[in-house]
Amino acid sequence: MFDDFFLRANIAALGVALAAAPLGCFVVWRRMAYFGDATAHAGILGIALALATDMPPMPAVLIAALAMASAATALAGRARAMDTALGVLAHSALAAGLVAVALLGHVRLDLMSYLFGDILAVTRGDLLIVWIGAGLVLALLGWRWNALLTATLSPDLARAGGSAPGRDAFGLTLALAIVVAVALKVVGVLLITALLILPAAAARPLVRTPEAMALLATVFAIGAALGGLQLAFAFDTPAGPSIVCTAAGLFVTATGLGTALRRITRAGAAD
Amino acid sequence: MKAGLKYVQRPEAAESVVTIRALSVRLGSARVLRDVSLNVAAGEIVTIIGRNGSGKSTLLRSLIGAVTPDAGTIGTMPGLRVGYVPQSLALDPTLPMTVTRFLNLPRRAGRDSVAQALTRTGTDRLAKRQLADLSGGQRQRVLLARALLNRPQLLLLDEPTQGLDAEGTAAFYRAIEAARRDLGCAVLMVSHDLGVVMSASDRIVLLDGTVVVQGSAAEVASSDAYRALIGDVAPEVTALRSPGDTPRHAPALRLAE
Repeated sequence: MFDDFFLRANIAALGVALAAAPLGCFVVWRRMAYFGDATAHAGILGIALALATDMPPMPAVLIAALAMASAATALAGRARAMDTALGVLAHSALAAGLVAVALLGHVRLDLMSYLFGDILAVTRGDLLIVWIGAGLVLALLGWRWNALLTATLSPDLARAGGSAPGRDAFGLTLALAIVVAVALKVVGVLLITALLILPAAAARPLVRTPEAMALLATVFAIGAALGGLQLAFAFDTPAGPSIVCTAAGLFVTATGLGTALRRITRAGAAD
Repeated sequence: MKAGLKYVQRPEAAESVVTIRALSVRLGSARVLRDVSLNVAAGEIVTIIGRNGSGKSTLLRSLIGAVTPDAGTIGTMPGLRVGYVPQSLALDPTLPMTVTRFLNLPRRAGRDSVAQALTRTGTDRLAKRQLADLSGGQRQRVLLARALLNRPQLLLLDEPTQGLDAEGTAAFYRAIEAARRDLGCAVLMVSHDLGVVMSASDRIVLLDGTVVVQGSAAEVASSDAYRALIGDVAPEVTALRSPGDTPRHAPALRLAE
């Protein structure tokens, strides 16, 4: 099994989709899109770290993403101009990472594979790490689901209910860093945020509860991952961008469907 | 300008649900609360008023453990059940949330408890609605319903009527009084709506970093400290308290900024 590179690519994309979709819902609900960008872009710094220290890339990316996410969280507590601060962090991390990789890297290093992913080169070892990471993220979200939802609505309400919203927010930060580390090879640092946000945003107009949104987002993410890979294979297009394009197509379709459904419901209510 | 009476022990304050002693809180470098002592008796409605920045919300948030005091003690009745109504929700339109689902957060409350809490606050028709589609007044009453789920002995409300019109404010206070009547819970709330507050409270606490004056609405309204801190609105507030004046027509008075 797993000998075929295309099969390995599908299984890796499936693992990333499973973790990214429900986490992406929280990214959307808590308006953390820019936060996700900053964390993902730090992935390139992680690659530089791996080159400098001869570490394997995934743990190095995890460390860099976690450091960036922690820095951004600390900043969120203080600064008011969060948007600007995160923009500064996100783009500086990307630029610094690219410069560092150029300074440290070998001549043959393929930057494109880090920026947009290289899913067709996924190894069996990568698969194991992707699925362990995805399992960890899903376990964390499942365990803290209700507390996280409450803290999203009101941190004080969560505190009054006996949970620690600060600790749960750090849990989300950790989950984000893990997804960045495992998604780097699948879609690359530039498109990780898209993989988080698009399925959740596509699910939104069709659901009435947070659980339904997470489930439908997961369905969309799986569809985008597997469908995008098929398209990439059929038309010889880059895999990561093809997955994101499929997710964007699902978003447009779902939004149109949601608008149509609301019109029908309203017309029905008027009768 | 400080009033003579700094702390009035109410004679009927038999059993306290919460006793705050010499509480001091620092937020960053600013000292927000100093030497605050306050107790709330079972079944009593106590309202904290004060200017912006007088520490009202900080006092309430220290009671739910959101703020760590640097001095003083907060004692509660053993096993005290607390219901908390926050100032508002950070409800992003991307978060789908029905009223019923919200009432089951973070723990499942059970169908009967939810139905009962909604009936108590006059929101039973809203059970299936999206939280984001509700009016401000409806949303605050849903928050109240959620706070009543565990049959609290102490209800904490942080400016629950902020942004509501007079109608919505009056409806909200009626719901609080009904909850007190049914559950016998004590109520400690922070408010800006002086007019209604004064008629709906057993005791008013005027806060300005510390407890400046407390007592019945009449006692507080006639104090020098009240005139100094709240000032011009005082005569109107007194007028609103005349018998037979229903809260429905009370304008929502606001403290001067």
